[in-house]
Amino acid sequence: MHEMTVAQSLVEVILQEAEKRQGKPIRAKMSCGQLNAVNDEVLSFAFDALVQGTPCEGTKLEIEHKALQGKCRGCGHTFAVELSDTTCPNCKSEDFELLPDAPLILEEIEFEEGTDDEEG
Amino acid sequence: MKKVDVGKRILGANETYALRNSQILNRGKKLCLNMISSPGSGKTTLLVRTISDLSDTVAIGVIEGDVQTDIDAERIRATRAPAIQINTEGACHLSAAQVNKALQELPLDDLDAVFIENVGNLVCPSAFALGENGKIVVLSVAEGDDKPVKYPAIFAKSKALLINKIDLLAGGLQVDFDLDRVHADARKLNKDIAVFPVSAKTGEGMQQWYDWLDAQVRSLR
Repeated sequence: MHEMTVAQSLVEVILQEAEKRQGKPIRAKMSCGQLNAVNDEVLSFAFDALVQGTPCEGTKLEIEHKALQGKCRGCGHTFAVELSDTTCPNCKSEDFELLPDAPLILEEIEFEEGTDDEEG
Repeated sequence: MKKVDVGKRILGANETYALRNSQILNRGKKLCLNMISSPGSGKTTLLVRTISDLSDTVAIGVIEGDVQTDIDAERIRATRAPAIQINTEGACHLSAAQVNKALQELPLDDLDAVFIENVGNLVCPSAFALGENGKIVVLSVAEGDDKPVKYPAIFAKSKALLINKIDLLAGGLQVDFDLDRVHADARKLNKDIAVFPVSAKTGEGMQQWYDWLDAQVRSLR
């Protein structure tokens, strides 16, 4: 249930941005890699619970999962790795190097109309 | 409605502490391994035996993470190695900030290597960088040989896999565990993972693990 820790950090970052822009967030989009083991349902549940009574209350959370990238040691091809099948789609080799997984990023926030869009 | 691009790292605060930890460890040329497994795989027993057997060659300190109690730190201290216990009070993983505090309490100047024994959990701890040189995953044979397939992330990320309690495979105990399957499944995810079938209880296979550990420590000197 590390999603609670992720949700806490996420809410903190959104609140900082909301304060800076004096706005009310209505939608937030985040992205994550495959090895962070983020479960959407659990993360959204934790997020909804944590934003109660904050300026983020009611903010809709969108989560985008970025594919894990691998580099084939046979032909050098870079491809999206499925951990259930790590075969290179180009040369069928199974010898690959895992490239760094995408970090957890708060990509964008949508604010209610009238929000100041100047950087604070 | 106004859309704003943010592009901020959500775990930035943890990553800042992880970077600080790795700077502290690198400056002193200390090896730091983050040990991850399910509860009961024998992490502490492995550490106790490793510390005792290598007492003349590698000075080891331990940061222990558990939900409650200092039972594990006490077991480490019984070997006369320094151990700092962190109680997470319910959290399923250690954070880099907790490790930062523990690093300041350890007598780092006297050590060659620091082991972080993470909270027993095969999923959550793998998502949080602590500033370590590498992760090692421990799997005991009683847990079953399907774990690399079921929990691939930690096997994909680890430098080494210790398959513990192999003494249970002998002696007619009827433990269904296919060592070759685990080996093959782990290597499929991670070609570079070093695999050590061991018994921390009988000492079987431990020498190969010690040789690997010693080489890791030397590579930093």
